[in-house]
Amino acid sequence: MTAVTVSEQPLLSVRNLEKRFPVRGGLLQRPVGWVKAVDDLSFDLNRGEVLGLVGESGSGKTTAGRSILRLIEPTGGSIRFDGQEITGLPTAEMRAQRRRMQIVFQDPYASLDPRQRVRDVIGEALVIHNIGTRADRRDRVAALLEKVGLTADAMDRFPHEFSGGQRQRIGIARALAVEPDFIVADEPVSALDVSVQAQVVNLLGDLQRELGLAVLFIAHDLAVVRYISDRVAVMYLGRLMEIAPSDSLYERPRHPYTMALLSAAPDPDPDAPKSRMLLDGDVPSPMNPPSGCVFRTRCPFALPACAAPEARTLREVAPGHSVACIRDDVRVG
Amino acid sequence: MDTDLTLDIRNLQTHFTADPGVSKAVDGVSFAVRRNETLAVVGESGSGKSVTSLSAMRLIPSPPGIIAGGEILFRGRDGQVRDLARLSERAMRSVRGNEIGMIFQEPMTSLNPVYTVGDQIGEALRYHQGLDRRAARAEALAMLKKVGIPAAERRLDEYPHQMSGGMRQRVMIAMALACRPTLLIADEPTTALDVTIQAQILDLMRRLQEETGTSILFITHNLGVVAEVAHRVVVMYAGRIVEEGDVRSLLKSPKHPYTRGLLACMPHLGQRRGDGGRLHAIPGSVPSPLNRPRGCTFATRCPLAEPACTAAEPVLEPVGPDHSARCRRWRDVQ
Repeated sequence: MTAVTVSEQPLLSVRNLEKRFPVRGGLLQRPVGWVKAVDDLSFDLNRGEVLGLVGESGSGKTTAGRSILRLIEPTGGSIRFDGQEITGLPTAEMRAQRRRMQIVFQDPYASLDPRQRVRDVIGEALVIHNIGTRADRRDRVAALLEKVGLTADAMDRFPHEFSGGQRQRIGIARALAVEPDFIVADEPVSALDVSVQAQVVNLLGDLQRELGLAVLFIAHDLAVVRYISDRVAVMYLGRLMEIAPSDSLYERPRHPYTMALLSAAPDPDPDAPKSRMLLDGDVPSPMNPPSGCVFRTRCPFALPACAAPEARTLREVAPGHSVACIRDDVRVG
Repeated sequence: MDTDLTLDIRNLQTHFTADPGVSKAVDGVSFAVRRNETLAVVGESGSGKSVTSLSAMRLIPSPPGIIAGGEILFRGRDGQVRDLARLSERAMRSVRGNEIGMIFQEPMTSLNPVYTVGDQIGEALRYHQGLDRRAARAEALAMLKKVGIPAAERRLDEYPHQMSGGMRQRVMIAMALACRPTLLIADEPTTALDVTIQAQILDLMRRLQEETGTSILFITHNLGVVAEVAHRVVVMYAGRIVEEGDVRSLLKSPKHPYTRGLLACMPHLGQRRGDGGRLHAIPGSVPSPLNRPRGCTFATRCPLAEPACTAAEPVLEPVGPDHSARCRRWRDVQ
């Protein structure tokens, strides 16, 4: 990592983050093994910056997002938010910090309480954090609804009265209610139809810029991620494979897994080059990941040396562009 | 029906009784799938694409659903043409899984968790083709190998839960193709899969079609997937076809504002937000099937709409060779 002066200290600094889950078995449901859903994840996020986090199912991207907010407890590593270490912070102090860190969930159908009116969905956090009087809160909710492209009269309705895109707007309004500095957006548009997806991506983009939010944008759609992110991180089997400024990652990917992901994304242009880098097989079981580079069992360029522990090391290959691959000679395209 | 057609759907109407009223999920849809051809039906939620494919398989839950009108002409292996809309359930059972293979989005819910994959692939062969247990097992093994399942001998005796999502979808494909159907209906077969696995499955489907010549009706919401697999494309919106044509012409020069909008909505890999750049979005959302606007159903969201658009519904008119669009203003769509 590059040295930073105090003034440009990152808003969020994650170091060696680890989240293990026990795998239980037998009659007594004792742990019989461990899955490292997130293993040795480190990155920084600056104020007002959007970092895209991509990977396929089982890559650990969602677990990473939730561990960073301590919605699930990380099992190792450090998370510094605005200079303060938040792992191990007692509940009351964590709650104060959480006002500054919010999340937008993937499924707008599952993440809103069906029995709460929109006013309470959005206003609940204001009550919890003791913000404003009752009347203030009402005005605040109305303003938030308008900010996300709905009308203030939506506040007296229930979530089921809204379409998927509108519910996601409500989810965004809820996250913004407490004026956070940092948002984890966990697949915020994956459940939406394409025509509506674009509306929500535009909204998120506008709000991010207007409010100077730092966003960890978790998604599997590479095109959406590039569109919205300043930098992009690629995860596979719980580990960070590559992290770089968007242009650098998409135009000069250095990790064979990133290359495979990019070449697998279907393009609606019939004239787009269909040079496919087809990967064999499936992602290995996270209970028993390969030694060394976890991608080596599917990598067309793997060497014997890839099985060594050093093959996991992330190294900087260009300014701000780091990759966990020992090969320097792989190019696709 | 032309001899090179496998499926010819004419003016299909599939309705669902709702309270109150009738939801016309599919409202007068006509298209044909040729031999050796992959036809993609594209649309968003509520477009009626899945109901169209379920109608063709006669899997519409009834009540509340009913095929209220139209014909579903299907040419079987023997060259005979039958109207599936009017076939008895008993006769339909000898078509389904035999002459028409099916693959669905979520392989885990379509496979039976308590039978081995070998038994499940073999079941269709025993039921439809009268193979004995041993012959069905041998054929099931051959199919597993054909769809690229490693260690097929061992996998034959495994249960669906022992396999990954991509592997299960391969099993579904093996099942669907075991009886050598003349038509394969694939409803969002790769939507639940990761991109690298999706690429494998699309590659497999393309390869198998070249080998077997099966016609494929491919239902998807993803225009990228369409470009990968389809020869021809039908675009549905609110229960109607709004545009159809050969894949190149339709994706390169869409003539319906909806298709144009859908393509513009998808960021492509090279697109950046830059300073102030925004994604093209289609305002609003799909109208409820219980309360569709008069005239063109897309008019309320269309940038080109003018008063005449809401007065009467436009017809699906030719806009080029093998390309039609249901828009009065198609000449103005760039």
